[in-house]
Amino acid sequence: MNDSGSFWLPEAASTVAAEIDGLFYFVYWASAIIFVGVVAAMVYFAYKYRRRDPNDRPELVEESRLLEISWIVIPTILVLLVFTWGFQAYITLGTAPPNAYEIQGEAYSYGWSFVYPNGAETTDELNVPADRPVKINLSSREGDVIHSFFVPQFRVKQDVLPNRYSAVWFEANQTGTFELFCTEYCGTGHSAMIGDVNVMPQDEFDEWVDGAVLDEDAMSLAELGELQFQRNGCQGCHSIDGSDGVGPTMQGLHGRDRDLQDGRTVEADENYLRQMIVEPTSQVVEGYRAGIMPSFAHLDERQVTALVEYIKSLDDE
Amino acid sequence: MEAAARAASDKHSEPKTYLNHETSVWEWLTTKDHKKIGIMYLVSLAVVFLVAGLLAMAVRLELMSPDFSIMSADQYNQTFTLHGIMMVFLFIVPSIPAILGNFVLPLQIGAKDVAFPRLNLASWYVYMAGGIMTVAALLIGQLDTGWTFYTPYSSQQGSAVIFMTAAIFVSGFASIFTGLNFIVTIHKMRAPGMTWNRLPLFIWGLYATSIVQVLATPVIGITMILLILEQTLQIGIFDPALGGDPILFQHFFWFYSHPAVYIMILPAFGIISELIATFSRQRIFGYRAIALSSVAIAMLGFLVWGHHMFVSGQSAISSIVFSLITYLIGIPSGIKIFNWVATMYKGSVWLQTPMLYALSFLFLFTIGGLTGIMVGVLAVDVHLHDTYFVVGHFHYVMMGGSVMALLGGMHYWWPKITGRMYSEMLGKIAAGLIFIGFNVTFFTQLVLGSQGMPRRYYEYVDRFAGLHQLSTIGSFILAAGLFLVLGYALHSLFYGKRAPQNPWAAATLEWTNVAAVPDPHNFTSTPLVTRGPYDFHKADEIFGGGDGQASGDGAGIDEDLLSPPEAAPAAPGDEPKQ
Repeated sequence: MNDSGSFWLPEAASTVAAEIDGLFYFVYWASAIIFVGVVAAMVYFAYKYRRRDPNDRPELVEESRLLEISWIVIPTILVLLVFTWGFQAYITLGTAPPNAYEIQGEAYSYGWSFVYPNGAETTDELNVPADRPVKINLSSREGDVIHSFFVPQFRVKQDVLPNRYSAVWFEANQTGTFELFCTEYCGTGHSAMIGDVNVMPQDEFDEWVDGAVLDEDAMSLAELGELQFQRNGCQGCHSIDGSDGVGPTMQGLHGRDRDLQDGRTVEADENYLRQMIVEPTSQVVEGYRAGIMPSFAHLDERQVTALVEYIKSLDDE
Repeated sequence: MEAAARAASDKHSEPKTYLNHETSVWEWLTTKDHKKIGIMYLVSLAVVFLVAGLLAMAVRLELMSPDFSIMSADQYNQTFTLHGIMMVFLFIVPSIPAILGNFVLPLQIGAKDVAFPRLNLASWYVYMAGGIMTVAALLIGQLDTGWTFYTPYSSQQGSAVIFMTAAIFVSGFASIFTGLNFIVTIHKMRAPGMTWNRLPLFIWGLYATSIVQVLATPVIGITMILLILEQTLQIGIFDPALGGDPILFQHFFWFYSHPAVYIMILPAFGIISELIATFSRQRIFGYRAIALSSVAIAMLGFLVWGHHMFVSGQSAISSIVFSLITYLIGIPSGIKIFNWVATMYKGSVWLQTPMLYALSFLFLFTIGGLTGIMVGVLAVDVHLHDTYFVVGHFHYVMMGGSVMALLGGMHYWWPKITGRMYSEMLGKIAAGLIFIGFNVTFFTQLVLGSQGMPRRYYEYVDRFAGLHQLSTIGSFILAAGLFLVLGYALHSLFYGKRAPQNPWAAATLEWTNVAAVPDPHNFTSTPLVTRGPYDFHKADEIFGGGDGQASGDGAGIDEDLLSPPEAAPAAPGDEPKQ
């Protein structure tokens, strides 16, 4: 195990990674030997028995039972060995230790949100303690599509389905930041559905998670709006700095005239912003596609108002 | 093809051939000649391959560097979706059986045509209808589900999905028609003496393929119908929002699509057996093992679909069973590789272009097979699933396997199909470019994937930039090789040297008993088969009476010397036009 990874595999940062890498390299070297053998024999025969004269009449080669049996039996033994090993490691991967720290994870188009046991929440960022098994209970948001949770450095992956729970567990043994990819194709923002996994020492994690619980009722509307904006993954498609994304930027949106697909022009006032949050397909701006943004009608009244106030606060002067 | 026909009829005192007989457009469109239908498929599929290949080039260009972009995320998603759908459903699935199977199968077993010539013609029209519906789906717009149509994503994409799935449903019938036709033809129309043990291995490959086509294709049809019913009638089958189960769709989809990869590869195995035996001038090592392992693969292929779903949330028990059967299916493929290499032992190996493709196949398919073992290992697949490793593996098997075999087969049977030779020198250069370009493109993708690069990504993180760039460069080399093939193939149609009857000194019927350009009815007299397809030691006639004339590449040889008298089609009263 080394920090920068190898030619084939990225850095190994979880307890299961070592076993999976061992298995990978066993199959790899066994394959390499067979491959080199096949190619060497092929090249050697092609040279040694090259046609020297158009009338070459090679002698007939009788089949060898022994040879045929050996190349049936030896590969069979090899694959059964690999199968058994792979199946044991698979069971390990699929069985979380009972003392695992549980985090609820939700995937949506296009982002991740995580809820910790004490109610703390993060978006597109997963903070976990090092050297402790962590189990993530995953589901996709209602009405959303299939996503997949993949951390290459941990060698774990699990599809995330709507209306069903699935789970993935790992024990990170190195601190640092690792990539979280969505690996089940989910549409326009699939390749932007990337998060960070921050592995920190247990005491640092405890400190963070205790301080991360927010009292939403005590927040100002604009602050709550910013929180909601992040938690709902709005920034995945809508920038706040004027750059264009899958959806229009939020900077300076409030009060601007919008040319709609149906030819009308409306002003993006509070009612327009509210309407587009709860019913995003109703007044789509020219140049963008309906159906990408899901409805956020499930937010409560204060949260929607907070989002509108937050967007208003992004006016460029 | 018409150009070749015209060129052929220019020459005086030309015997009647299938190319100068019934040459009007109408006669082509209503032909029941398996050879002409094969050529019609060839032209249609070449267009699909060109378009789908250009789409792949657009994908590679977009991925050349993280900062460089030629299209939006949505356009990118539509591009790889169309590349996948066209390549899989409209190109590779029909390719070898529809082009070379149609052309070669009756010739190899000594039949005048396939069992149901009208059904054969119908299959081409059904295929074209499927192709036109695909174009319609394109025009209706913005299909971006990937070629796998996973629900619930595909349920939310509207009418384009319905059109595309209907197109796949329709083109599936072309597959079923062809499969049915081949099964009956092989059973009932073999020439006297052509026992099952004397069938060329290409025929065995087509036979196994046909079984899968007939049994598996209806499942994709039913799945596509269910998808359409769900969307139009809003009944919950796959969409969780309606109470359906998205995993059920994956089961149905792979229940066809895994056997479908055997539809794509089994005929390729057949071609490779022909090429290696002929160009090694040696009886195929383990004929029976190769023939029966094709049938074994066809059967076992129905029982491994769940290995596409190890991280989908299906039960661990299912995954374990599917993994085990997946290994069992790997064994027969391995046996074939060893047998082919052993066939070259003490042979007389002639490195002409088709043989170069066969050796490329051995190299690339071995990598494809071994990476298949890698992704079949349950715990390792968890890491590799849905990454570029799978993309690399798939292309090593499908392009490194099927397409290499198709290219080898096209070069091998080109003289029989067109009556012309191509430039051997350019052929070898192209084979080299394709081999190098292929490996640069796809080996880097294997590394990308095991490093963690997910598939179907429009953008990627910086650490993957170098490998992506290399892969794109490789794809340019690959494309250059393929365009070179297109170029010299077209050139050969008009200016190629006349092909002799048996330029490769092969021992199967289409070379020994059929004229340089086949007669409309294939054989002037029904052949009597007295030896196996690769019994070169018993096939004195291919050695040209020992003067070596029949074993050249056709260059500088007077073709009249090469035609054994019984096969020369000089039917009286059928003088060609002056």
